[in-house]
Amino acid sequence: MSEITKVDYVQHRSRRKFLKGLAAGVGLIALPSKDAAASVWDEFFQKHFRELSRDELKGVITRLEKDYSKQFAKQVTVKTTPPIEGVLYGYGLDLSRCIGCRRCVYACVKENNQSRDPQIHWIRVLQLDKEKGVDLSHAEQYYNPEKVPEKGHFYMPVQCQQCEKPPCTKVCPVQATWKENDGIVVVDYNWCIGCRYCMAACPYGARHFNWGKPTLPAAEMNPVTHYLGNRPRPKGVVEKCTFCIQRTREQPGRYPACEEICPVGARKFGNLLDPNSEIRYLIENKRVFKLKDDLNTQPKFFYFYAT
Amino acid sequence: MKNIWNFFAGTLMLISKGSKAYYCWVLFLLVLMAIGASAYVRQLDEGLIISNMRDQVSWGFYISNFTFMVGVAAAAVLLVIPAYVYEWGPIKEFAVLGELLAVSAIVMCLLFVTVDIGHPERFWHLIPKLGLLNFPQSLLAWDVVVLNTYLVLNLTISIYILYNLYYKREPNHNFYTPLVLLSIPSAISIHTVTAFLYNGLGARPFWNSSILVPRFLASAFCSGPAFMLLIFLLVRKYTKFKIKDEAIQKVAEIMAYAMFINLLLLGAEIFKEYYTATVHLDSFQYLFQGLHGHSALVPYIWTAMIFNITAFFLFLVPSTRKNPITLVIGCVLVFVGVYIEKGMGLVIPGFIPDTLHEIYEYSPSNTELMLAMGIWATGLFVYTMLLRVAIPILNGDFHVADDGVSSYIGDDLFFVRQENGEEEEMVTEPKQVGE
Repeated sequence: MSEITKVDYVQHRSRRKFLKGLAAGVGLIALPSKDAAASVWDEFFQKHFRELSRDELKGVITRLEKDYSKQFAKQVTVKTTPPIEGVLYGYGLDLSRCIGCRRCVYACVKENNQSRDPQIHWIRVLQLDKEKGVDLSHAEQYYNPEKVPEKGHFYMPVQCQQCEKPPCTKVCPVQATWKENDGIVVVDYNWCIGCRYCMAACPYGARHFNWGKPTLPAAEMNPVTHYLGNRPRPKGVVEKCTFCIQRTREQPGRYPACEEICPVGARKFGNLLDPNSEIRYLIENKRVFKLKDDLNTQPKFFYFYAT
Repeated sequence: MKNIWNFFAGTLMLISKGSKAYYCWVLFLLVLMAIGASAYVRQLDEGLIISNMRDQVSWGFYISNFTFMVGVAAAAVLLVIPAYVYEWGPIKEFAVLGELLAVSAIVMCLLFVTVDIGHPERFWHLIPKLGLLNFPQSLLAWDVVVLNTYLVLNLTISIYILYNLYYKREPNHNFYTPLVLLSIPSAISIHTVTAFLYNGLGARPFWNSSILVPRFLASAFCSGPAFMLLIFLLVRKYTKFKIKDEAIQKVAEIMAYAMFINLLLLGAEIFKEYYTATVHLDSFQYLFQGLHGHSALVPYIWTAMIFNITAFFLFLVPSTRKNPITLVIGCVLVFVGVYIEKGMGLVIPGFIPDTLHEIYEYSPSNTELMLAMGIWATGLFVYTMLLRVAIPILNGDFHVADDGVSSYIGDDLFFVRQENGEEEEMVTEPKQVGE
């Protein structure tokens, strides 16, 4: 797949940019213009997602849909679909099948409206040595050969492990991130203050910060969004994999984009509470391990060897 | 109410007066603050992308400075304990200057955190009731609580005492003593909580060590007093304020002990990591030797080590401790040494290698440097202003005039080189005006 470039931003700051910044700063102090004013203040005073009343939530969603539709010049929907009763999502990844093609990485970017520049990837694929096994100290993320898989290597995609005991939600000073009843760890982008404590706490590098203003070409923008998932993010907040909450919570649901695109069937997704699900079969019958098990984060992301 | 206004108006008048050197100093700080502010405006506009922090190293220079300044703030107790608990005169005379230093340091801490977060305008999410402070789960929430408590306590105590002295009243012992006693555990708590903030993360083995809290405290009791001593030596040289040698000696002695404990704990940690040599050694290797060809912090940490050990001996040996020149050298060495060790030296290796063992070498960008410089200037500006008021009050050069309304200002210059031999070993002069 296309190459990942190690983020290395050349810091180019001209005088004009400086003046622009100064103007923006002054603009911050001045009251917003009449038209935008209501929206800006509504956003500023918006309550925490879980504290919104039904009416307030409706107002928020209407405002967001209007803003996004205008920004991307297409009809954007922002869903708030709640967890499905009796469902606890689990993910399985077959290390004996994964070929390291990174199709999942880019399907995820497309589905979840990640910033293209600066590049944000919720899935990182590690190239590991077969001789050394799952030893992260020899992991290479920026492998870039003509063809994968390469001899002597195997591949391990890492994304949010949707821990049962997430260290990231515990440390958030404002409860802007939490675990939903179906096990998905979500972020309220309108509540996150951007302190990045959760990123320090996450043992899997699953959380990503919008260091700059995310760029998302209107043509490529996925207009089917969820408030807690793939809606466009502002700069200065943390984001992460949500098991494609906008797909998996629907009834009938859809598989996460990464699962759907995998050309070798290495990815499995299902309901851990359903004894007949494929994911339960794998956990019960295959050799399974959890990443950094010793930290007792209890991931609901299971690596296994099917063959 | 009217009295408060008169006092306030008087202080405004006072801070506008001063020698040429005073004006130059203040102007210099204001220029640096303006540079910092312009950097911040740019950062607000473009986002933190103009820092060199990235997902791999998600905290950098700002949080390093924050961590260090918490230590400086906490160190005010080293004056408060001998002054108020042991009622030791020589320190009690200027303990209030330590409290004001704590105030300035906390102001810097709050600024460093503010510039580090992505959405500073959402600060109200941290206010209980109004927002949703994640207390007691998040250690950052604890930090918000203890830092603000400590700030309010120190402000209240120092302003209360100074205000009463201004009106020539004896400060009510029963009012401020409980506050002072409360400020002691809260000084310990700000540093403990800040250490816990790093300590409680299983994802970061470099910080996940049980001696992090004592290490923090020990190093704080070196760096804070070092900064205070430097300032007190300046104050004694360039203002009319007198500080006795024995007070300075006492503080320097405490620093020697604290530095010993600091080095001991660091040594214990280094032994454990290197002798067991698990994968968790990586961060230590990065810091002390370099890892896979990346060694940006190595020269700094060794500088810090040499500085700290040299300073330890300078403070340990009575003759070098008493010699004003080696005393100043020791203070500078400690200050720089701990700044490296408990600043970047503590924060950055926590992220290198990152949780997926990627190495992203971090060094602060120009914006980060300029902004940090601006915040340092702000802290010094705040402290200068506070001293400008506090010192004349303590000297009896600033108090209410005989009419009970206007102020008497007896110190128009503030910042002037004092002629009489302050560098001499002062033999204990008994009679000294107490508070």
